[in-house]
Amino acid sequence: MGDARIIPFDGAASGARTPAPRSGRRTARPARAVRVPEPVEGEVPVRSIEGRPAEERPTRERPVREHEEGAGAGPRRAPGTGRSLLGSLAGAVGGVVGGAAAGLLDGVAGPGWEDKAADGLAFLRRRITGDYEVDEFGFDPELNDKLMAALRVVYEQYFRVEVSGLENIPAKGGALIVANHSGTLPVDALMTQVAVHDHHPDRRNLRLLAADLVFQLPLVGSVARKSGHTLACHADAERLLAKGELVGVWPEGYKGLGKPFSERYKLQRFGRGGFVSAALRTGVPIVPCSIVGAEEIYPMVGNVRTLARLLNLPYFPVTPTFPLLGPLGLVPLPTRWRIEFGAPIRTDAYAQEAADDPMVVFNLTDEVRETIQHTIYRLLMQRRSVFF
Amino acid sequence: MGRVVMVTGVAGDPGADFVRMIRDEPGVDRVIGVDMVEPGSTPDGVDFVLADIRNPMIAKVVASAAVDTVVHLSPSEVPPNHGGAVSIKETNVIGTMQLLAACQKAPSIRRLVVRSTTAVYGGSPRDPALFAEDTEPRVQPSAGWAKDAVEIEGYVRGFARRRPDVAVTVLRFAPQLGPRTDSPMGSYFGLPVLPTVLGYDPRLQFVHEDDLLEALRIAVLADRPGTYNIAAEGVLFLSQAARRLGRPVLPFPAAAVGLVNQGLRRVGSVHLSAEQVRLLTHGRVVDPTRAREKLGFVAARSTAETFADYAWGRHSAGLFDPRLLAQVPDRLATLLLTRRSPDG
Repeated sequence: MGDARIIPFDGAASGARTPAPRSGRRTARPARAVRVPEPVEGEVPVRSIEGRPAEERPTRERPVREHEEGAGAGPRRAPGTGRSLLGSLAGAVGGVVGGAAAGLLDGVAGPGWEDKAADGLAFLRRRITGDYEVDEFGFDPELNDKLMAALRVVYEQYFRVEVSGLENIPAKGGALIVANHSGTLPVDALMTQVAVHDHHPDRRNLRLLAADLVFQLPLVGSVARKSGHTLACHADAERLLAKGELVGVWPEGYKGLGKPFSERYKLQRFGRGGFVSAALRTGVPIVPCSIVGAEEIYPMVGNVRTLARLLNLPYFPVTPTFPLLGPLGLVPLPTRWRIEFGAPIRTDAYAQEAADDPMVVFNLTDEVRETIQHTIYRLLMQRRSVFF
Repeated sequence: MGRVVMVTGVAGDPGADFVRMIRDEPGVDRVIGVDMVEPGSTPDGVDFVLADIRNPMIAKVVASAAVDTVVHLSPSEVPPNHGGAVSIKETNVIGTMQLLAACQKAPSIRRLVVRSTTAVYGGSPRDPALFAEDTEPRVQPSAGWAKDAVEIEGYVRGFARRRPDVAVTVLRFAPQLGPRTDSPMGSYFGLPVLPTVLGYDPRLQFVHEDDLLEALRIAVLADRPGTYNIAAEGVLFLSQAARRLGRPVLPFPAAAVGLVNQGLRRVGSVHLSAEQVRLLTHGRVVDPTRAREKLGFVAARSTAETFADYAWGRHSAGLFDPRLLAQVPDRLATLLLTRRSPDG
């Protein structure tokens, strides 16, 4: 049953996922474990399992890891010394938790929990040893999947997002998704990321272009980087598009995000058309995206400008619940959302110089903006209620 | 006739290895090493001149030996000999000015290679994710080695304008790391507990010490003037690097970093420069494309491989040895998942 999933646990190399006979499972035990002289092992039911010496482990693809392995097996450190404490701790934790949990899980969780547990433990192993890859922007696909899983609850249960037009996003190669911005906090961008990640047939990762404020904030900035976002600037946008990534941009910026509730669904100026020239330079299609429902999550009825200036923020929102109810006011209203991706606008027919021609750039910017605005009006007409 | 190569800063780290490397190159007749301190051992076939490049005497050396290639490696982040911040700035900036003045007067000079750093890009949340050679930094470095390097590059540009017949190559090196040599980032990762800035997880990029030498070799032998980023491919997050090394991290709020730094200096272990604190807050990644396409240099080791090689050379795993930590999930897996077998 879960055989095939347990075997690769031996090494960090997940590429070695080959089904093996049951006898193979015995060798699946981590090799290092043998070296640890731990008293706790006596209580462990799998004590008789023999491990292989490190030298016999299957070689891994990545030379780095080999290097580290070689170092570990080399003479520079006496095996077993100084590692007994952590080793026995590992044994103890494993013995107690494993014994109790296995029995419990047998009863509580149905079949298939083994696979999930194996996956979860493999993930944990990679995270604590740092054995994962990030790209030069800091995008960490594995961690991003977990973040997406957390946002999925909000996407499906809270905002009940209905998405359409995903076929307009190319299966591969660069493309620029341009959308309307609203909602005081950039929740709309994150929901669009979930929509593409979960519902696009190729489960593509949407790389968002974010304001510099995001990267100035501690914690938020580093999470944003790991989730694949980068600074909204020409250099980064063009580099990502040239790499064939799917890039999302909200060209209204703060003007759209922090506009008063009375101006909802009225598109603001689309920046200076920088996104169009980035698409023109790289020859990727522009996919207009219209989001309805995000405007009402935090109805911004006021803006405390002095406080915003004091805190160095673009605006300080006042909503019916914030700051009146304090942190409780941060809970968004449970509106029902629609996200629609429109037909892609091709840019590869333009000459290379078009990116430097302001007229072409302005016209294309207007075209994208008009498309989004009209789609929004249509979606609003179709909408029965804000919340249902 | 072969070439006469003069290398400054041969008592220091890349210099000592570089003269050994370059003296064996075919086409190089003579290698002259200059430094203001005696190197530990002068390799055979290298003429060592004990001289301060801030002294006009350097002009006589250049002229009398008919030097055609000058490799300026003495600008550095760490003081050469128990010197303070003032003395390091003196040697870096004033030394470069004197050396360039000497070179300008010497008709024999054909090529100049200068060591710089990617720290000239600064690094702030408002900068693009990757710096190319022509990226204008949003925030200019205001102190320390990074500022010295900006000034040095300025003087070198001036020299290139006045002597258009000299091929000038400026190499901006990413932080250097490797098992053999000491480097500021190397000593940082040598701390038993790594101080970090709370809420920031910078992307780091390194260059392996061997790759650094190789880049210098190419710059000296090939005729490819210009400014190039010399860095390994790929990045590591600081948190990721710490985990791979098995070092626990201790985050401090940004406001307390100064105090921590003072404490570290008092303990005498490591001093984090302002430049390093900036690196550990916002990180810095450069684009090595131009070096690959125009200079013909490709780093043999990626950032992750460089770091692994460094970790291997440290000869000591951290408190949280990743090989040991990995046992926890491994054991859990064995215990949880082997209990249930088809026949039992």
